[in-house]
Amino acid sequence: MFGFSLRPRKASASTAKERLQILLAHERSGGTRPDCLPQLQRDILEVIRRHMQIGDEAIDIRMERGDELSSLEINIEFPGKLGMN
Amino acid sequence: MSKDLIPEAPLGKVIVVTSGKGGVGKTTTSAAVGAELARRGHKTVVIDFDVGLRNLDMIMGCERRVVFDFINVIQGDAKLKQALIRDRRLETLSVLPTSQTRDKDALTREGVEKVLEELRQDFDYIICDSPAGIERGAQMAMYFADEAIVVTNPEVSSVRDSDRVLGLLNSITERAGKEGAEPVKAQVLITRHNKARIDSGEMMPVEDVLEILAVPLLGIIPESAAVLRASNLGVPVVLDEPSAAGTAYEDAAGRLIGEQIEMRIAADRRPGLLQRLFGRTA
Ligand SMILES: Nc1ncnc2c1ncn2[C@@H]1O[C@H](COP(=O)(O)OP(=O)(O)OP(=O)(O)O)[C@@H](O)[C@H]1O
Ligand SMILES: [Mg+2]
Repeated sequence: MFGFSLRPRKASASTAKERLQILLAHERSGGTRPDCLPQLQRDILEVIRRHMQIGDEAIDIRMERGDELSSLEINIEFPGKLGMN
Repeated sequence: MSKDLIPEAPLGKVIVVTSGKGGVGKTTTSAAVGAELARRGHKTVVIDFDVGLRNLDMIMGCERRVVFDFINVIQGDAKLKQALIRDRRLETLSVLPTSQTRDKDALTREGVEKVLEELRQDFDYIICDSPAGIERGAQMAMYFADEAIVVTNPEVSSVRDSDRVLGLLNSITERAGKEGAEPVKAQVLITRHNKARIDSGEMMPVEDVLEILAVPLLGIIPESAAVLRASNLGVPVVLDEPSAAGTAYEDAAGRLIGEQIEMRIAADRRPGLLQRLFGRTA
C-alpha cells in the first residue's frame, strides 16, 4: 500500500481540468436545464400511471454525466401484483 | 430506515459549518469532517446551503451525478431520497447538493425545517455547509443547528467575522429563542494554520485567537498542499493519501463526537528524494 510505483502519477491538476470540462460542457449545453429533470420525472410518472398505480416516491432517477456519453438510470418500484387500471 | 423499528432511536445532530468570512475553508471542512464521521460508521449527510454557488459536489466528487437538489426538495419537485446522492466510497455518507440556478430566497425556513426533520430520522449527523456572509443564506444554515464549527483563519478579518457569527449563533437561532433550550454548542476550528508565519510573528498564534473568541478549540488544520490536491481529485482530504491536514481533520472529527484527543499541530513531512524523483507528492 505504501510502496511507490515507478510510473509517475498523473498530476491532480489535470484531473481537475477534466472534471471541470465535463461539468461545464453539460452546464453550458443546457442539457440539464433547471426544470428539465423535475419535468421528466413528472412525465414518466404520468405515463407509468396509465398502466399501474404507483406513488410519487416509486421513481428513482440516477444520472452519470460523462465525457462522450451520459447515462440516466430510472428505477420504478411497484407492488408485487401489477395494479392494472 | 431500520430506525423505525427502534422507537427510542436518538435523532440526528445538526452541525453547521460557518465563518462569516469567505474562502476560509468551510466547504473543505464540511467534506472532511462529514467523510471522517461516515468512515467511523456514523450515518452522515452533508448539505450544501450555498445556493447559487454549488461547490460541495465538486469537493466531494459527485458533481456528475446531481439530479435533484435541496431547492427541488423544498419546492416539492422531488422527494428527499430522490435528491440524496450516496457516496461511492462510503455507504454511510450522503450529499444533498444545492441549486446552481436559484438564489438564496428559495430557502424558506419552513422548507429547511422540514428537510432537516426528515434527515434527523435517518442520519446520525447532518453537516450544513454554510455560505459566506452573515445574511439570509448563512442564517438559514445556522438556524436549526445543535452545534457549530466556526471556521477561522488566524488573521484579523476572519477572527472578527467569527466573532460576529458567534453572536448570531447566540441570538438568531432556534435554540437561542427557545426558553430553557441549551444554546448552540460552538467550537472554533483554526484552518490554514501556517506555523512558519506564526513563528515569524506575521500571523496570530492560536492562543490569541482563542483568547479573543473565548470558545473551545475543535482543532488546528495546517495549511497544506494536500487540500488543493484533494479538491482537484474530488476526494475529501481524509479519504485521500495520508497528509497532515487529513490527520488534523480526523482528530477534529473525533473531538466533535466527544473523544479526548490531544491537540497537536501536524506538518507534512518533506518529500524524500525518491518520492520527489517519482513525483509521488504534488
Ligand atoms: N488547510 C488548507 N490548506 C491549504 N488550502 C486550503 C486549506 N483549507 C482551505 N484551503 C483552500 O482555500 C480555498 C477556499 O476553501 P473552501 O472552499 O473550503 O472555503 P469556503 O469557506 O467554503 O469558501 P466560501 O466562503 O467561498 O464558501 C480553496 O482553494 C481550498 O483549497
Ligand atoms: Mg464554501
